[in-house]
Amino acid sequence: MKYLDEYRDQRLAATLVDEIRRTVTRPWTLMEVCGGQTHSIVKYGLDELLPVQVELVHGPGCPVCVTPLEMIDRAHAIARRPGVIFCSFGDMLRVPGSHGDLYQIKADGGDVRIVYSPLDCLKLARAHPQRPVVFFAIGFETTAPANAMSVWQARAQGLSNFSLLVSHVLVPPAIAAILESPRNRVQAFLGPGHVCAVMGWSEYEPLAERYRVPMVITGFEPIDLLEGILMAVRQCEQGRATVENQYARAVTREGNVEARKMIGRVFEVCDRAWRGIGVIPLSGYRLRPEFHAYDAERIFDIQNVHATEPEICISGQVLQGHKKPHDCPAFGTQCTPQTPLGATMVSAEGACAAYYNYGRHLAQVSR
Amino acid sequence: MCLAIPGKIVELLDTPGVKMAKVDFGGVFREACLEYLPEAGLGDYVMVHVGFAITKVDEEEAARTYQTLREMDQLADLEADELLEDPHEVP
Repeated sequence: MKYLDEYRDQRLAATLVDEIRRTVTRPWTLMEVCGGQTHSIVKYGLDELLPVQVELVHGPGCPVCVTPLEMIDRAHAIARRPGVIFCSFGDMLRVPGSHGDLYQIKADGGDVRIVYSPLDCLKLARAHPQRPVVFFAIGFETTAPANAMSVWQARAQGLSNFSLLVSHVLVPPAIAAILESPRNRVQAFLGPGHVCAVMGWSEYEPLAERYRVPMVITGFEPIDLLEGILMAVRQCEQGRATVENQYARAVTREGNVEARKMIGRVFEVCDRAWRGIGVIPLSGYRLRPEFHAYDAERIFDIQNVHATEPEICISGQVLQGHKKPHDCPAFGTQCTPQTPLGATMVSAEGACAAYYNYGRHLAQVSR
Repeated sequence: MCLAIPGKIVELLDTPGVKMAKVDFGGVFREACLEYLPEAGLGDYVMVHVGFAITKVDEEEAARTYQTLREMDQLADLEADELLEDPHEVP
């Protein structure tokens, strides 16, 4: 397929790996921010092609992973209500709450629907005017314009039976939290290509400058990732710390202005809890007061739902680049994609699930 | 989750309220919302995420990136050829 196949060229990949090998003179630790990038890296084994000096650690950019267990329990509490049509992206259905997952709720008679786009929920709301239709609005800045549009359109179309359960998170505050940690190991970032397609990259410039850390906005195909790694390693070796854009075919400095405008109309920035990490100040979106009538947390009484995480799980340290999946005694034994204990195993884009799905639990891989 | 897939706009749909298009993803056709890319037209390649076109694929940039990488590949070939030659051989 055009714009995919050419970025999976094996020969070019080998050339880029050679170039990285020629460039690197000492050890560097790089973090790819986005879960989609983690998935590609592990799927294609890119990290294992790199010279030993270049270590990749895996970032917090998997929205399904970082949605707190408590929020999942709240979603389930709503989905179990009689009459409710509960809509979600498919990857959220398998994520276990404290008592089963959305598939279980569906099997028990709950009306749970997988949607391709949040606009699909509006069709459902129109078709079932007597029933509340709730959409589980998770995601980073990439998904926020779509979710914002659903609320904007619901209001424009006078749909009063539609609401969002919002658990939106933002990338730059998470990067700042990782860099602020006294245990931080990350020396350069591969920035999230599709988040930046929406938001642009100007927010990343003060981070690169303040923390003296190179950032390369990077795409998702093997060639993109290897080129992003090469650009980041070059900056490290040359002692530079700027924002560079590997993904120029999809990302501009200002991002998508229309999409950003709509985000600003519907959402406002708030503190958010990240699963495995805890509360990061000003790291998420919530609905603006004028859209409170579409806020499922206000419509349904779910504030008394609380949850506790298994103590053994080290996903918070994996998400911040302090540890790798193999450092966890439960990885691949007690904790698998079928029986996940925490954030990084619950979604295919989580580092632990990616390692498991591509067979890395079978052999001890050192890095 | 944040994955966006490149596809080609093959039809602009006449939908009330929201601007929509039919997009070809290598033979799979889906609708996508064009509200955030009002300038996108027939034949354009767009990146689609959860049913929304979020950015146009810049064909020049795509070609340039690929060309740069190709040149690097050729450079590597040249270097490899040089290594094969015997430096002591008198031409």
